[in-house]
Order: sequence, then C-alpha cells, then structure tokens
Amino acid sequence: MFDQNQYIWLIFLIPLLSWAIISLILKPFFKDKPKIAGYVTIAAVATSLLLSIWVLVTVLGEPHHELEVPNISWVIIEGGATINLGIIVDSLTAVMLIVVTVVSLMVQIYSQGYMHGDAGYHRYYAHMSLFTTAMLGLVLANSLLLMFVFWELVGLCSYLLIGFWFHRPSAANAAKKAFIVTRIGDFGFLAGMIYLYANTGTFDTAELHQMAISGVLAGNVLTWGAIGIFAGAVGKSAQFPLHVWLPDAMEGPTPVSALIHAATMAAAGVFLVARTYPLFEHSAVALQTVATVGGFTAIFAASIGLVQNDIKRVLAYSTISQLGYMMLGLATGGVAVGIFHLFNHAFFKALLFLGAGSVNHATKTFDMREMGGLRKVMPRTYATFVIGALSLAGIWPLSGFWSKDEILVKSLENQPVLFALAMITVFMTAFYMFRVIFLTFGGEYRGKEHLHESSSVMTIPLIILAILACGSGLLNVTGGFSAFFGHGETYSVVEGLFGIFAHPLPWLSLILAGLGIFTAYAVYSKKWLSAEAIGKRFSALYKLFYNKYWVDELYEGIIVKKVLMGGIFRVFQLFDSKVIDGGINTNFVQGFIVRNLFGWFKSFDQKGVDGAVNGVADTTLIAGKTMRKVQTGQLQLYGLIIGLGIVALIVCLFLFG
Amino acid sequence: MSIGLEHYLILSAILFSIGLYGALSKHNAIVILMCIEIMLSAVNIALVAFSRYIVPLQLTGQVFAIFTIAVAAAETAVGLAIIIAIYRSRETIDAGKIDLMKW
Amino acid sequence: MGQVIAFWIFAVIIVVAALGVVLLRNVFRAAMLLILSFIGIAGVYILLNADFLAAIQVLIYVGAIGILIILAIMLTREVPLGSPSNKFRIPALFVVALFFGGVCYAILSTQWQVSNVLPEANTTSKLAVKLFGEDGFVLPLQIIPILLLATVLSAIVLVKDKK
Repeated sequence: MFDQNQYIWLIFLIPLLSWAIISLILKPFFKDKPKIAGYVTIAAVATSLLLSIWVLVTVLGEPHHELEVPNISWVIIEGGATINLGIIVDSLTAVMLIVVTVVSLMVQIYSQGYMHGDAGYHRYYAHMSLFTTAMLGLVLANSLLLMFVFWELVGLCSYLLIGFWFHRPSAANAAKKAFIVTRIGDFGFLAGMIYLYANTGTFDTAELHQMAISGVLAGNVLTWGAIGIFAGAVGKSAQFPLHVWLPDAMEGPTPVSALIHAATMAAAGVFLVARTYPLFEHSAVALQTVATVGGFTAIFAASIGLVQNDIKRVLAYSTISQLGYMMLGLATGGVAVGIFHLFNHAFFKALLFLGAGSVNHATKTFDMREMGGLRKVMPRTYATFVIGALSLAGIWPLSGFWSKDEILVKSLENQPVLFALAMITVFMTAFYMFRVIFLTFGGEYRGKEHLHESSSVMTIPLIILAILACGSGLLNVTGGFSAFFGHGETYSVVEGLFGIFAHPLPWLSLILAGLGIFTAYAVYSKKWLSAEAIGKRFSALYKLFYNKYWVDELYEGIIVKKVLMGGIFRVFQLFDSKVIDGGINTNFVQGFIVRNLFGWFKSFDQKGVDGAVNGVADTTLIAGKTMRKVQTGQLQLYGLIIGLGIVALIVCLFLFG
Repeated sequence: MSIGLEHYLILSAILFSIGLYGALSKHNAIVILMCIEIMLSAVNIALVAFSRYIVPLQLTGQVFAIFTIAVAAAETAVGLAIIIAIYRSRETIDAGKIDLMKW
Repeated sequence: MGQVIAFWIFAVIIVVAALGVVLLRNVFRAAMLLILSFIGIAGVYILLNADFLAAIQVLIYVGAIGILIILAIMLTREVPLGSPSNKFRIPALFVVALFFGGVCYAILSTQWQVSNVLPEANTTSKLAVKLFGEDGFVLPLQIIPILLLATVLSAIVLVKDKK
C-alpha cells in the first residue's frame, strides 16, 4: 500500500467514519430506513477486519514481528514536551485487532436480529461504531496518553450502551455506576501515567519499556507507576474491589454485554497490563499485586456466580472470574499466557452471551427459574451454548482447556497459593456453567411464552463463534501462539495435542472440571441431590454468595452514605453553613455594619445630599423672592438706581482714572 | 470777569441736575416729561458752548444740537401720546401708580 | 461787558424757571415756567453766536413742544393731584447732589483748550454748508424725517379712539 504502512490508521478510522455517517446523515435524513445503519456498521467493521488480517499476515512475516509506522507530532512546546500520536504494530496489536474486529463483526450481525424494531436502532449502531473505533484505537496506540484518550472513549461508549434503554431507571443507574466505578480506576491510571511522565519525560510505551529493561526506571517510581496503571486495569476489567459495575451492566442489550463486557472492553485492562508488561516484569511488588488481585478475584467471582438466578449475572461473574485468571496468567507466565486466554475467552464468552440473548428472545426473560426444556425448541442455540460452556469449563480439546492449562502450569510454578485457589475455581466454573445449561435447556419449560428458535441472522454468528471456540485453542498446540510473542518452543501437532497428557496437571484440571459438570448434572438434571437442601446445609455460605459478599451494600450503604455523605461532606456542609454563612449573617455584621454604617449613609443621604439639593433650590427661591422686590414697576426707582450707577461711575473714574 | 466756557458748563450742569431731580421725584408724568426736556436743553447748552469755545469755526456742536432738538421733539410727542393713552385707560397719570410690571 | 450782564440775566432766568418747574404744585404754572426757561435758553444761544439755533429753539421748543405739553395737561386734568413730590425726594436729592458735585469738579479741574478765534456772525449758511455739503450730515438729515414719520404715526395710533 502507500509507504510506511500508513493504511493501518484506517483500521480505526473507518468505523469512525461509519459513526459519523450514521449520526449525521442516516439518523436525520433516513429515519424510516434504520436497517441501513446496520449495513454501514457491518461494512465498516468487515473492512477493518480485512485490514486487520492483512496486518496479521504482514506482521507474521516481519522479523521481531513488528511494523514501523511513523508518528504524527501533536504537541510541540519549545524547550518542553513533545507529544506524538502514533501507532505500534506488534504481535500483541495484531492479535488484539483480530479479536476485536471478529467479535465486533459477529455482534453487529447478531444485533440486526436482536435489536430489530427497537426505536433507538440508529443510536445503537452509531454507539457500536464509535465503540469499535475506540477499542481499535486503544489497541493501536503507542503512548500511554493516547491510550488514555481511547480508554476514556471506550468508557463513554460503555456508559452510552449500558444506559441504552435510558428510560428504565435501573439501566440509567447501572450506566452511572459503571462510569463512576471505572472512573475511580482511571484516576489511578492517570496518576500512574503522570508520575511516570514526571520521572521519565515520556509517554511512549516503547521508550518506557527500554527504560524499565535497562534499569533507568526502577525502584519506587517504577512500582508506583505500575500500580497506578494496574488500578486502571482493575477498574476496567472489573477486578476486586472495583468489580461491582459489571453485573449491573447487564441492564444493557445483550449484544452490548457480549461485545463490551465480555470480549473487549473488559479485556482492555488485561491488554493494558500486557502492553506495559516490562514495567511489571521489573517490579516484583507490582507483579505480585497483579497476581494476588487476579487470583483472588477469580475465586471470589466464581463463588458468587454459583447461586445467581439471572443468566446474564452468572455470565457476568464468570467474566470477572476469567479476567482474574488472565491477570494471574500475565503475572505468572507473561504476555503470551495471559493474552492467549483473553483470545480464547473473547470468542466463547461472546458466544455464551449471544446465546443468552437468543434464549431471551424466545422466553422474554433472563430469570432461569422461568426457563427450561429449551433444547428441544432451540437446537442451534443449545448446541452452540454447550460448546461455549465446555470451552469455558476447560474441556480438552476445546480452546479454554489450552489457555487455562497454561495459566495453571505457570501459577503452580510461581504462586502456589493462588494456584490452589485457581484449581478450586476450575471446579466452580464447570459447576455454575452447567447449572445454567441444565436450568435453561434441560427439564421442562416452566414459563408461559411461545417458544421458537432465533432467526439465522442471530444463529449464524453463534455458529461462527462456536467454530472459533473450538479451534482457537489449537493455535498454540504447536506452540505457535507463544512463539508469535517471542518465547516458547514449537512442537509438532501431534505432540502438542496428545503430549499434554504426559504431565499430571492437565489430568487434575480435567478431573475437577468433570466433577463440576457431574455435580451440576446430579443436582439440577437428575435431582439426586436437592439444591434447596444443599442451600440450607450451607446456609451461611449461601447467604454470603447470594448477597455478593455484601460488597455493594458496603459501598453504597456505608462508604457513600455514612462516610462520605454523612461524614466528610457533612463536615464541609456544616462548615459552609455555620461558619461562613453564619459569620456573614451574625449580629456583628448586621448590627454594626447595617445599623451604624448604613444608618450613617442613610442620614447622610437624607440630610446631606437631599439637604444640599433642596437647599440649592430653596436658596434660589429665597434669592428670587428677595430679588424680585427690586422690580417695583416704578419708573422713578429705576431712574434713581441708574443715577446712582452713574454717580458711582464718576467716582470710580476719579478714583482710578 | 469775562464769561468763559466754565460758566456755560456750570449753567448746563445746574440745569441738568434740576431736571434730574424733577424726573426722579415727581408724581405727575407730564411734569417728568418737562423735566426731561430741561435735561435735554441743558445738554444742548453744553454742546453749543463747547463748539463756540473750542472749535468756533467748525460749528460741530450746533449741528449736534439741531439733531438733539429734532429727537427731543419726536420723543415728546410720543411720550405725551402714551400719557394720554394711559390716562384714558387708567384715569391717572401718577407715575407711582403705573406699576403693573412689578414683582 | 454787555455779554457778562446778559449772561447772568439769562442764567438766572433759566435756573429760576427750571426750579419753578420742579417745585411748583400747579402743573399749568409749571408748564408756563418751562416755556420761560426755553426762551431764556434761546437767549443763551444768541450769546454763544448760535443765532440759527436760537431761532430753532424758539420755533420748536416753545412753539411745538411747549404747546404740546399744555395740550396734554389740558387733556389730563388731575386737579387734586397736581404735581406733588414722591417718596424718592431725598434719595434723588442725594444722588443729584453727588452728581452735580462730581460734574462740577470735573468741569473746574479740566484744562480746557479754549481757542482764541472769534466765531462768525452768520451761522445759517455755515450750518447749511456743514449739513448739506461734502463731508456733511446728509444721512442723519434723511433719517430724522423717518423718525418724525414714525413718531407721527405712533402718536396717531396711540391716541386714536378704539371704537
């Protein structure tokens, strides 16, 4: 193409163009033909996908798997900072580009069916286009500052899309909550970024990597900078303690949940850590923080997901848990391990969400207690959903197995405690996913709707994603994926596929996953054990999990209401009303100033000013009254005065002559 | 002693003063007019005296006096006409009572 | 010598007559004394070699103005009033005295440059030349008739019967 790979800019600019077209041309002028908006978005994302594939192919061919794209100068301050806009294209970028464009394309196609007839069709596709732009820009950005810009833009689109049905108070509140909670994380990101800039003078990720590797950037500066950046990741990727927004974000349309809160934006935090990985590598404290937070979140979220009744809530907590896995993988095994799991997770989680959406389309509800027996009516949805669930549970040879296994191997090496937690989570993951399947698709239908399978426009993306969910894991069978990231050896296909069983760990994880599936089968399908009985037996645990560990109540009830509103803000408010306003209104002010000063002003005005004015008038009147007596009307008097005047003149003439 | 300029001038001054006094202190309007005539005549005497004693060949003062006489005549005529008109409407020619233009 | 006596006689007549005009109560008698005063002034003019002027004085002042005044007195007879003095007597006397004092002082203290040339006897033709000749007073002579015309007209208008 034209020189120096400038076409790569188009990857995120084309969806931006589609956003502009939809907002400025289609919405005002083609209001009655909403489907065009869908076609435009799909065309734009498909183009981006093609360009991303081209990038992938090109990058594969390059040494060090990197492409050069020159920077654009943005801010140049004489003798000060220069801030550039630029793109970095390496293996990480190429993989992320594929993930984002593929999932986005599937979701856009699916949305044509799901959002059919919705009043905000144009708005939906405009927001979707903008989101795709922002996500692609985030992935391509080469400096922390530019990444932050797209980071915020992605957050904005998330807000707009969660609150898509804004006339529902729960949706509006969820959107607000998402934005505010991620904002707390973003504050950490900004602080870390600026702290690093203050100490290094650059935002550029490549330069920062160099400084971290060479040891120029080290010690506390590096640690705090890295932790700041991780704070942003904690917010966006919904790790504990900033995880509270993601379950509520399920208020948005299901395709939104699939794209944003499963596959892409939620993964942005993981991506950020991966992008700045050298900073973490060289700071043991930061790395440990990432591992601990990730590992804890994995089991924490899975435990909550065990007992939820809303299908999307289960999937949301599953996402949080898997993101924890990714963080753990990054911390213990490096970029390749974490990103591989992200790659696979994007496909099967999107698949599961879209499947849930398909179920919702038929049963008009998300509550699993009102579902059941859907496997007979919706075979395609059922089949693809099962594939996704198996992949998530980590069953060989589906994709989830490969990436989860890698994480388990690495965490066993580096973080044994967290490894134990991760293994327990494997069991939980399998259990809750198959609980969902048995409740939703198994048994008999408990609801009242008329059931039908979803249209092709919705099921075809499901099938495509299912194929990917099966096959994406095989990319690393030969170690190719890891090699793409610059480490790991490659082996042959057969050796990769089956040789894995030479080690004990995959056996252990498979047994645990199988046990989880079997337990779910026993409780929910065959009903050998009663779910209610187990719940009563472990009622304390059940309450803990069901109420989400009361974290939301902690945040809203105690921190917001008592500490902030009741405490700090109340202090500010009292200070303002008592001290400041009170001071102004007290007797001192009123009595002294108002009475004396203003009283003096008043009397001065009345007596002095008015007196002067009236006095002038009165003087004029009196003078007039007196002077007019001169006008007697008698001629001789006038003559007399004239005579006097003449005499006076004569006298003056003699005196001064 | 010969009659010099001063004599005529003193005479003129006396006449003028008498006329002035009368003009300021008489009630009757016609008497006031008469006193004005006296004043004008006094001035005429002074003019002619000056002419005779300072530039006798030029007769300037006499010329001036002619004009003064003419104007005096005109003024007397109009003044008397006014007095008669006032007398007709007010039945009085008391200068002290003709004071409508007062405060 | 003759001039001196004549002067003094005339001077006395004039002054006494003028005093009479001012001081007499009877308006008619005041008018008579005024005419006497005018005749005395005519005599003074003759002493000053202004013969034409003396004739004019008698003709106009005595013949016209005096008669006019008597006419007016007749028309505006106010017997009870007569011609009293008003309240400004004393101030007027004061002012007049001051005035007279000042003027007399001025007259007496000035060095008059009296010329020694004798005047000419026949002034009529000289006056005529002066008035009507070159560098004369033709313009004022023409304005005087206009003034007189205005006077006549205004007098007629003023005393016209309004009916």
